[in-house]
Amino acid sequence: MVDYVFERHLSGGIHIPANKDTSTAQPIRRGFIPAKLVLPLRQHRGSPAEAIVQVGDRVLRGELIARAGPPPSAAVHASTSGWVRAIEDRLVLAGDGVQPSQCIVIETDGRDEREPPPAPWPAERAAQLERIRSAGLVGLGGAVFPTAEKLATPVPCKTLIVNGAECEPYISCDDMLMRERAADVVAGALLLTDLLAAPLCIIAIERDKQRAEEAIEEAAKAVNDPRLKLAEVPTIYPAGGERQLVELLTGDEVPGGHYPSEIGYVCQNVGTAFALLKLVRDGEPLLSRIVTVTGAGIREPQNVEALLGTPIAELVELCGGYNEGVLRLIAGGSMMGCALPDDEVPIGKASNCIIAATEAEVRIDPTEWPCIRCGDCAVVCPPRLLPQELLVAAHTADFQALNLFGLQDCIECGCCDVACPSHISLTERFRQAKRSLAMHDRQLKLADESEQRFERRERRIEEQRGRSASLIDRLKGEATDPDAREAAIRAAVERATQRRDRSADPE
Amino acid sequence: MRFEVAPAPHARALVGVPLVMRRVLYALVPAALCYIWFFGYGLLINFAVATAAALLTEATVLRLRGRGTRHALRDGSAFVTAALLAFALPPLVPAWIPALGSVVAIMLAKQLYGGLGKNLFNPAMVGYVFLLVSFPVEMTQWIPPRMGDIDYQHLSAVANLNYAFTGRLPAALDIDTLTRATPLDLVKEGLRSARTFDELRAGSLFGDFGGRGWEWVANLIAVGGLYLLYTGTIRWQIPVALLAGLLVPATGFYLVDASRYAAPGFHLFSGASMLAAFFIATDPVSAAATNRGRLIYGAGIGLLTYMIRTWGGYPDGVAFAVLLMNGAVPLIDRYTRPRIFGQS
Amino acid sequence: MLSAVVILAGLALALTTLLIAAARLVPSGDDGAVEAVERVLPRIQCAQCGYPGCRAYAAALVHDGAEINRCPPGGAHTIAKLAELLGRDELALDASRGSASLQRVARIDEAECIGCNLCARACPVDAIVGIPQAMHAVIASHCTGCELCLAPCPVDCIRMVARRG
Repeated sequence: MVDYVFERHLSGGIHIPANKDTSTAQPIRRGFIPAKLVLPLRQHRGSPAEAIVQVGDRVLRGELIARAGPPPSAAVHASTSGWVRAIEDRLVLAGDGVQPSQCIVIETDGRDEREPPPAPWPAERAAQLERIRSAGLVGLGGAVFPTAEKLATPVPCKTLIVNGAECEPYISCDDMLMRERAADVVAGALLLTDLLAAPLCIIAIERDKQRAEEAIEEAAKAVNDPRLKLAEVPTIYPAGGERQLVELLTGDEVPGGHYPSEIGYVCQNVGTAFALLKLVRDGEPLLSRIVTVTGAGIREPQNVEALLGTPIAELVELCGGYNEGVLRLIAGGSMMGCALPDDEVPIGKASNCIIAATEAEVRIDPTEWPCIRCGDCAVVCPPRLLPQELLVAAHTADFQALNLFGLQDCIECGCCDVACPSHISLTERFRQAKRSLAMHDRQLKLADESEQRFERRERRIEEQRGRSASLIDRLKGEATDPDAREAAIRAAVERATQRRDRSADPE
Repeated sequence: MRFEVAPAPHARALVGVPLVMRRVLYALVPAALCYIWFFGYGLLINFAVATAAALLTEATVLRLRGRGTRHALRDGSAFVTAALLAFALPPLVPAWIPALGSVVAIMLAKQLYGGLGKNLFNPAMVGYVFLLVSFPVEMTQWIPPRMGDIDYQHLSAVANLNYAFTGRLPAALDIDTLTRATPLDLVKEGLRSARTFDELRAGSLFGDFGGRGWEWVANLIAVGGLYLLYTGTIRWQIPVALLAGLLVPATGFYLVDASRYAAPGFHLFSGASMLAAFFIATDPVSAAATNRGRLIYGAGIGLLTYMIRTWGGYPDGVAFAVLLMNGAVPLIDRYTRPRIFGQS
Repeated sequence: MLSAVVILAGLALALTTLLIAAARLVPSGDDGAVEAVERVLPRIQCAQCGYPGCRAYAAALVHDGAEINRCPPGGAHTIAKLAELLGRDELALDASRGSASLQRVARIDEAECIGCNLCARACPVDAIVGIPQAMHAVIASHCTGCELCLAPCPVDCIRMVARRG
């Protein structure tokens, strides 16, 4: 019997159409090898990896082609065999949108020759973390935080939360992974539990993922580990966010600007757990991930086990190509995904979903009405902010009000935009306001520090003047008064004699 | 293949302002039909005149302010203001009354404060109170409902229009024979002159709870309100708090002395209590912004309404109560901010 | 009716007189005013306003009615804030006062520097390091762009460049 953890209260959140039916209708497509791979050296949070191959080298599947940089960082491996054709700058999807990054471009040979398997999994924790780092393992939920660093958290872990909630519309890769590889996911979750020495591991699954939940429950029963529990989370966006899950499952609130690991909760995506299992059991570094290719603009929406570095264009072709009327290509879900300028961008560790969206699926009408202060935005805001007040403060650049109403706690989830009847682009306004606020804070800090330095300098000059003045007075006094002069000369001679005696003295 | 880019979120919004306004109008339709059945076509005439005046005023002021009119006129807010004003006015009034009320509501209470979303006070209530205070005679020309045993004079649609635009009534009728005091009027007068509430209740104008005909309109307004709650157009905090704020003191005083105070049911189903609870006080722009604030706001309106009805100078205190609480909203908002996630 | 008008008018007059007298007689503690105004200024002590430091300018604004458009690093933004705070009309920036700006930092051309130390002595926030006879350098993160080091340099080896980061 597997225990279930009862859910508690979730602040905010909004019910939106999930749009996951078309992509979950068939099993995961596996075994696709693209014609070329574009592997960015920076596809995780932290410092970029450092290339160790050169143009013209032949590489095998699983071969290390870029070393991890200074922590936090992660290594990069060749996803399949081929030749290195170029190392150049390209546009890739990084954690904060589309950015240029140095990439290793590999022309594949289709033979998929593998590297020889590495040494067996070490027993010592430090060595295990080093293996994880050099395997290029990062969080596969979209935030791509290097896993080794996350597992090395100094605060003892109270609970490991394995995130199978997947609340954002369109994304279904975690759902399919749990359906088809439940036993592996559970094994991976327990490996993470061991690494963290956590007393409790909760696998959280969204309520309407019935098949996935059944599969995981079966697998959990088979393993029968007392540390493992399951939890159903409500089908609300963004229940699958780290902080929201912690609130739902434990009732604790992670303050803005801090991480759950600081209060003893570590969250990992089910995909990350699966990747860890593959590393430990098969010795395979992170070479592929499940990607949902969906949207009304795709002819055959489905989930694909894509090799890292596959250009999106090739993936789209695999899924039947574009439909008429495709307007926007989104990497990620429809709420927090990033619109891509073209489909040459490669699949990276952060690419959980590609949406080829038609006009009917995206908001394109720029018409906004004035804010009618209905308060719908505040009802859905997960950090419990007041977006209608933030809007006014952002408009008038009232930085004090922006801080008071908690702009820094905004998680940019987009719930307020979708709830707003006036169709105001609230999230974009808040992003811009955050930048203005940061600039204003920097200027204020510089002004405060400059004022302090100025005052210190004034005091120093004052003191110097004071010392000079008293010295001049004393000298003047001695110059005019013969007795004082005599006394000063005698005192100086006395001091000199003592110094000479002290230096002559063998003590 | 190249694509256009846009910032997240990409999902479409769930509703739009015109839809929200339309839903409010739909919710008023059952009550409006009932009203017309009982009290004649005056409501329709008032609504038409008020709407025309509202749109004209809005267009003119927007032009003067140098803003585009097409977008603003289509958001439906002028229609809602006109509809609420029409419900608040007596059905048999000269046409210049709803017209003037509309002009004041839109120009003074809405556009001068900055247009949609910026008004501090409820525009329909500002228009109504202006009319009430300036033209007390016309504003108290209420007629009795069409019920078999009541001495009711039926006016055709044409006769209604005639009166509204020319002030002339059909032969042998004059305004004094047509108008009657409302149930609220009668209760107020009666209790003042030391008659008991039960005595007054027995009068022909009184039904199960409130006035006959009136209580039916109030019922259907409540039904419309439930529709708004169901579609998520309004939230429960204001209606519940307002009705509670009215019900609690009414029950208290009635239990203490049932002869000198009106029954709680009477208060609930008379006058504009239901209209205020579901349509007037829920105007998002002038109401409190936070959920806790809304409870205080609604309760305040209910309480003030009861106080004005029982001890004040006017038979129905809803409009004044709403305006007074509108003024308190900035203070309420300031002290009912929710605790931000993660902060103590 | 006449009596009502007379009484109300008389009451208004009496109260107004009382208020004016109170405003004149009760001393207004204006210590807070100068500080409030100073908070609005950039506080980089460039002295381009003509006063020896931002505090002095703030005091002049409050007590001596100095013009609000004398602060180049504050720019239009500061003028607007000062106008609001002091209840005056906004004016265009007096460009003749100088071009100090928080968006720029000083940079010493090391090849030309003769180590005279005059610039370090002029800097109001000690952002220039160097000892006499040795080469000097500007600590960019401390520099406020006030341009006070430009004039004293005898070999004109200091330039203002855009601030980075």
